[in-house]
Amino acid sequence: MASGIKDKVAILGMGCSKFGERWDMEAQDLMVEAFTECLDDAGIEKDRIEAAWLSTAIESVNVGPSGLPLSVALRLPYIPVTRVENFCASGTEAFRGAVYAVASGACDVALALGCEKLKDTGYGGLPQRTRGVTNDMFWPNLSAPGMFAQLAAGYRGAHGVDKDDLKRAMARVSVKSHANGARNPKAHLRREVSEEQVLKAPMVAEPIGLFDCCGVSDGAACAIVTTPEIARELGKTEFVSVKAMQLSVSNGEEAGHSGWDGSYVKTTRIASKKAYEEAGIRNPRAELDMTEVHDCFSITELVTMEDLGLAEEGRAWRDVLDGVFDSDGEVPCQIDGGLKCFGHPIGASGLRMLYEMYLQLLGRAGERQLDDPKLGLTHNLGGFPHMNVSSVSIVGRYEG
Amino acid sequence: MTSPGITAFGAYVPRLRLQRSAIVGANAWANGALAAHGRGERSMCNWDEDSVTMAVEAARDALAGADRNEVSAVHLASTTLPFTDRQNAGICAEALNLGSDIATLDVTSSLRAGTTGLANALAAVRAGAPGRGLFVASEHRRSRTGTPQELLYGDAAAAVTLGRDGVIARLAGHHSTSVDFVDHYRGQYSEFDYDWEERWVRDEGYLKIVPPTVAAALASCGVEPGAVDRFLLPCTLRRVPEMVARQAGIRPEAVADGMQQVCGDTGAAHAVLMLCRALEDAAPGERILVVGFGQGCDALVFEVTDAVRDLPPRRGVAGALARRSPEENYDRFLTFNGLVDKDFGKRAELDRQTPLSTLYRNRRMLTGFVGGRCERCGTVQFPKSHYCVNPNCGALDTQADHPMADTPGTVKTWTADSLTFSIDPPAYFGMVQFEGGGRLMVDFTDVDRETFDIGAQVGMQFRIREVDSERGFRKYFWKAVQAD
Repeated sequence: MASGIKDKVAILGMGCSKFGERWDMEAQDLMVEAFTECLDDAGIEKDRIEAAWLSTAIESVNVGPSGLPLSVALRLPYIPVTRVENFCASGTEAFRGAVYAVASGACDVALALGCEKLKDTGYGGLPQRTRGVTNDMFWPNLSAPGMFAQLAAGYRGAHGVDKDDLKRAMARVSVKSHANGARNPKAHLRREVSEEQVLKAPMVAEPIGLFDCCGVSDGAACAIVTTPEIARELGKTEFVSVKAMQLSVSNGEEAGHSGWDGSYVKTTRIASKKAYEEAGIRNPRAELDMTEVHDCFSITELVTMEDLGLAEEGRAWRDVLDGVFDSDGEVPCQIDGGLKCFGHPIGASGLRMLYEMYLQLLGRAGERQLDDPKLGLTHNLGGFPHMNVSSVSIVGRYEG
Repeated sequence: MTSPGITAFGAYVPRLRLQRSAIVGANAWANGALAAHGRGERSMCNWDEDSVTMAVEAARDALAGADRNEVSAVHLASTTLPFTDRQNAGICAEALNLGSDIATLDVTSSLRAGTTGLANALAAVRAGAPGRGLFVASEHRRSRTGTPQELLYGDAAAAVTLGRDGVIARLAGHHSTSVDFVDHYRGQYSEFDYDWEERWVRDEGYLKIVPPTVAAALASCGVEPGAVDRFLLPCTLRRVPEMVARQAGIRPEAVADGMQQVCGDTGAAHAVLMLCRALEDAAPGERILVVGFGQGCDALVFEVTDAVRDLPPRRGVAGALARRSPEENYDRFLTFNGLVDKDFGKRAELDRQTPLSTLYRNRRMLTGFVGGRCERCGTVQFPKSHYCVNPNCGALDTQADHPMADTPGTVKTWTADSLTFSIDPPAYFGMVQFEGGGRLMVDFTDVDRETFDIGAQVGMQFRIREVDSERGFRKYFWKAVQAD
């Protein structure tokens, strides 16, 4: 039985660029913006970094393939740089690479940096792109909202929830994230919205309207990790350590076998269960102080609350309406605005979620600081409800 | 052993019916005379239908309840085949899962291709071709905007199976003539027909070429003109079938309705479509005379047999016509037929090249809609895969080919996506759960937006998935259509 990752790796520093429509920035400029903040925070010289992971998702409209763009942008000292891609969960994958490298003892200090430059396509939303030569022969011309919209259909079917009730709960998810994002200077969308505005927004993919969708943004985020021992040697007294990192990848069962009813994300259930075991969490709703989940669409966040065990099956829509996940609720969710308002530069998002956890746990979250949080969860989902990769990480204050 | 004939029939008419008033309304400013053809409706292909997809659907209807292993030939007649050099009948054979030991042929270049092709397919049966022949006529007509043709034409397909056993309509007599009478033509690189004056076409064409051909066909089987029960002559010129009948000595009440008000003239398919329509309610012993006109004339005399009563129920022409959705939007018709340069946004700019080697490797799955069935646990899955998808099985290489095109399904999840590229937005797609197992994230088409929701019953239809206009290719796949 493996001993797991708990408390083996410390976060030495983190950085995050401003997210948004960064018309004046190359991807490399965003990388440097996030990295310089991170390096200052870590308090080390660049040449202490022994290995690096770069996450980008849609490299064709971004920096292109390989680890080279990161190595060149930061002038890294000819160290191993690996580019990772795992749909929208890519950011957490870069972090996992760095964390595992340190935990294995292969290196002392490792860098994870995620970056996405999405605003060079000439249109809104994610770029229309190939899904692989054979898939293109028979898959629908799907869009991300089109695929996640189906969670709502599946959820209605499984729980008999009225269409209008569900739409209202979805709207509430977005209203909450806009309220949070308005207090985050680095967020892409910083305007509060009313439930009525959300409900009346133009339809994107039935029943997902414009305000049910997250922002499509440019941005970068990064982390430097090391062991708790080295963190101490470097003079860190209060720091954040990794408690769990789990990833579950669909094997085609949801897409091909009648066992799945379309109302939940199976991988999130599997990854979160393993993550709670790895972190030693028995009652997540009571023990977790906050979450940053993959709210690519309002319905995704709503369903994720159930998949993470933070709401009972078929009850999340009521909990949402009851404010359980609001900034002053029982388990605040997307305190930084989430993908919804902080924005979603795909390859950076997993690291951006960790960045907010990191700030909150160290009491550096400014206007949106929660009251003494000790343990937080990030959930980074890629793909589509019926076929996806789901990453669940838990971080907390190091108390070793 | 009886003489050859038709053993079953089937039909397909696109669900969309463009209201002629919409065409007249948009074009009357330029040509007020169009109003003369303004009544009724014409069938129109959805953007994802063409002569091949309609042919496949008509053939499936004709093959309802039949043993497909018996089919030994597929002949496809059309003047609007999507491929000039890639056998279109071969695509149909693959889509119908008829195997590779089969004779396939495209019959084209004349609106008479429907009747000429039928006569030749029957001749092959008479000459001893084994099993059943499948003959399909299909047409997706194209015309310039604001022309009478746009009002008069329609899109449809009709199919018959042929053989010597189980014949429901025996070929009694036949005669063909060839006359290079050019009432209209379409050159190799032309998009549209070029037509000559209608009165000349009537007087020098139909009235001089059809009657002697009809007389010869009737004489070949010793049938008196007055004994013809149904006279089928597709013609968009008013009263011409009646005039030809009078000249030929055929009773006026035998002249069949050309479905002009409900469908329009479907070109090379129309004579066969009218024949299938006649067979739907023909009584044993009836004599049907079907005529095709175009650079000459074909006349075929059929005699309906007792076996017509035993034919299993099918959609047929009446069923296909009843499955309709009135379309008032002329612009959709223009767009679907590529008659306007519509902007679909930058998402439409994605390269849609088809890797032909990928298509070939996966042709059973993509064209034939063949999945897999695990022979260990019985789980049906699409696509067929090495490892069984059933979490309690997982066996390796145990799946047999499992054709799923005829398996009904239920809508499990869906959306109407306004963001993604579609020629007919919003794009409807979602998860279909098939009866007896297997599921697929798949496109929906011909959606009834009022009634569509989870739980809807669907069937699969062969459709265009994507058009690669840059390279003149089109990808075909199967889509889910709400059950009638």
